[in-house]
Amino acid sequence: MYDSGNIHTAQKTVCYHCGEDCKDDSVRLGDKVFCCTGCRTVYEMLSENDLCDYYAIEENPGVTKKNEVVRNYEFLNDNDLKNKLIDFSDGTTTTLTLYIPQMHCSSCIWILENLYKLNRAVIDSRVNFLKKQLTVKYKEQETTLKEIVELLDSLGYEPNLSLAEKEEEKNLKENRRLLYKIGVAGFSFGNVMLMSFPEYLALDSYVNDSLRYTFSYLNFLLSIPVFLYSASEYFISAYKGLQNKLVNIDVPVALGIIVLFLRSCADIAFEWGPGYFDSLTGLVFFLLIGRFFQNKTYETLNFERNYKSYFPIAVTTKKNHREISKPVEKIEVGERLVIRNNEIIPADSVLIRGKAGIDYSFVTGESAVIDKKTGDIIFAGGKQIGEAIEVDTVKEVSQSYLTRLWNNDIFTEDKESKITTLANQISKYFTFVILAIAFGSTAYWFTLNSFTAFHVFTAVLIVACPCALALSTPFTMGNTLRIFGLNKFYLKNIKFIEELGKINTIVFDKTGTITESGNSEISFIGSTLSEDDSKKVASLARNSAHPASKKIYGHLNCEELYTVNSYTEVPGKGVSGEIEGDSVKLGSAEYIFETPENTEEKARGTKVFVSINDKFCGYFLLANKYRKGLSELMFGLKNNFNMAVISGDNNSEEGTLKEIFPPETKLLFKQSPQDKFDFIAGLQKQGKKVLMIGDGLNDAGALRKSDIGISIAEDVNNFTPASDAILEAGSFNKLPQFFKFAKTSHNIVIVSFIISFIYNLIGIGFAVTGMLSPVIAAILMPLSSITVVVVTTALTGAYARMKGML
Amino acid sequence: MNVIIILIIASIFVAGFFLVLFLWAVKSGQYDDSYTPSVRILFDEKKQTKKSYSDNESNIDKEHHTIGGADKRDQSTNISVNKEQHT
Repeated sequence: MYDSGNIHTAQKTVCYHCGEDCKDDSVRLGDKVFCCTGCRTVYEMLSENDLCDYYAIEENPGVTKKNEVVRNYEFLNDNDLKNKLIDFSDGTTTTLTLYIPQMHCSSCIWILENLYKLNRAVIDSRVNFLKKQLTVKYKEQETTLKEIVELLDSLGYEPNLSLAEKEEEKNLKENRRLLYKIGVAGFSFGNVMLMSFPEYLALDSYVNDSLRYTFSYLNFLLSIPVFLYSASEYFISAYKGLQNKLVNIDVPVALGIIVLFLRSCADIAFEWGPGYFDSLTGLVFFLLIGRFFQNKTYETLNFERNYKSYFPIAVTTKKNHREISKPVEKIEVGERLVIRNNEIIPADSVLIRGKAGIDYSFVTGESAVIDKKTGDIIFAGGKQIGEAIEVDTVKEVSQSYLTRLWNNDIFTEDKESKITTLANQISKYFTFVILAIAFGSTAYWFTLNSFTAFHVFTAVLIVACPCALALSTPFTMGNTLRIFGLNKFYLKNIKFIEELGKINTIVFDKTGTITESGNSEISFIGSTLSEDDSKKVASLARNSAHPASKKIYGHLNCEELYTVNSYTEVPGKGVSGEIEGDSVKLGSAEYIFETPENTEEKARGTKVFVSINDKFCGYFLLANKYRKGLSELMFGLKNNFNMAVISGDNNSEEGTLKEIFPPETKLLFKQSPQDKFDFIAGLQKQGKKVLMIGDGLNDAGALRKSDIGISIAEDVNNFTPASDAILEAGSFNKLPQFFKFAKTSHNIVIVSFIISFIYNLIGIGFAVTGMLSPVIAAILMPLSSITVVVVTTALTGAYARMKGML
Repeated sequence: MNVIIILIIASIFVAGFFLVLFLWAVKSGQYDDSYTPSVRILFDEKKQTKKSYSDNESNIDKEHHTIGGADKRDQSTNISVNKEQHT
């Protein structure tokens, strides 16, 4: 296809600003070539302000302005909205955090942190690259929110403005609080150990009494913040559990901590001994480390996106020929909206004026543009591609076909709290057995010596404190979570790993999930295009931003291209141009033949027709392409799982699907978002543990309802609907391995439970015979914890390596 | 022997000083973002020569490819095409 012969060709040059290839070198400034005037404007602005370091840090770092639309940020002057968007304002300075998805390299960090050079009212701007967040502090008197946003947009960093709750802030505070607690516990643990040294080494003869008291009381003082502050969440969690009549793992832990503290206080008050303060502080320190390990999650990924974080926060309404922007939630039925290119329709509406080409890719996962005629209903969530259209709303935003789903209670329920982990299941029996042993042995000793009986009682509770038990789940599952992450499978938190092992039914969405979104199988049907002709078609296709044109351009893969003259694009129809003296047309049947395409035929995929000099050459068929490794995946899953496919599309591909999936698979078509939700609910009523894999907003209800909802994404930084896990498309065929790994992790947790039980038995052996000295406790507890941590981490790591996942 | 009590108290104060330092570090947000500061430190106020700078940055570049993911357009291919035609 590639021939560097003697035909005249346009050379490929890349834009100095954004690195996209340029059609020609007509847009330039000095020796620098740009792909569009938008990019040149940004360059000019930066060079005027002496910010050209931007281009020195990375090559072509910019965000392309080629398909730029003028956005209207008038709504940011609305005070209500403004207050919802900003973090904090003291009357003179405002702090604002923005999410900027376009952030992609170190140059981006640099320019965003140098905002003050472009707008003098900016006091400070800071980037958190992993979260793609920009925090801006600015002087309220000198600039406005609107100006800041407009500046960012003009640079190509369009902030994603959404009113979705600021969940992350809460996480951040929690994470910091945990670090404070670890710091305090670690500080006390170290110092208490130091003070217990004479005890450990039995240096009694060297240490006089006054010194011993000093050490004991210092230990006591050091332990108070650990007991009251660092360990507080265990008490709260245990209390909450008991309130709900649940004996969770924190109940025996909290019991152990309280007994440890009280017994130690009694020990030093009555001079019975040095107390167990070293065990207490160590225990809390280790437990908190475990919690820290388990909380380590993927902060770059967002598992909570609902329609609000993807819908615009304001739209342009038209009343008496005047355009005003209005916050989305204030839109009423019957209002006239103006939707421009690339804008999203926020509520179900009727098309009144203009040619609508609606891209429902966020909803269905299928990136194809659907043409609508005046009078057609357009469902919320579609993105307009082409000219500006006018629509009348027929439903409110929250009552639309798609968004209605979020009114369901399931979205407010806390899904995670319903999961019972193995540790919590065991802890119920564990607590009762421990209490029975404690009371039993006390009763036995009571007949002999009441003082020893008290000692034995407390000793049993201290030594049985299930520190190792409480650590085994965080460390096993935390490590599994990390290994999954390395294999591009990101779970929201460790609770879902245990759930993953219990799954017996898998439900797939079709479009975008088992088929590749945005990647169609392209075939040319008709007389074969000559090399020269395909080069012409590619040159023409490159000029259009339409997804179909982009795909065809990519498919033809021509290295050299012609210059296109008198290029015209009819939105929703096709493109044409003069290339080397030939008139080339590319577009729908209607555009080429001036008669509409037979709708029956349409089901097989999108067709793009080609004519050269008004001679019809054939068409490109853009058919759904199934993901690589789908049949292997079925082979790996069919023996262990029931499967089902639910699709919003028609049943045109039923035949193909039947070949891929095992015969008993249920195939459902033309399913609405609510149908999908109900289907999952039905399966769960039959007692099945359901895993749902989907990718669009229309799967959001089903993803939420299922026991585990996985959203699949070509690129995890792109939009994904709210889910419990995000799977990168490339790892789709690894699913059976993930299932097996989850089960293995579960078994590893059981092994570590057995280990910690053995340690407990040894400890209880010392305790019931009345021989548990503080030194033995101080050895046994960390030893059991460390064994468990080492064993679980080593086993999960070894298994991962065996399976080639590490 | 009582001197040891003074020493112990002194040592606790030193340890306490570091604890406060740690708490302050957490509070000031030093543990919130573990990536950006590593890039930020390489930025210079003064304008540097292009060559040495991009050399420095190429290492970071590799790293953030995995983080930034496909957001970053595939520039390397474009650039290599360019080079091919120059030679």
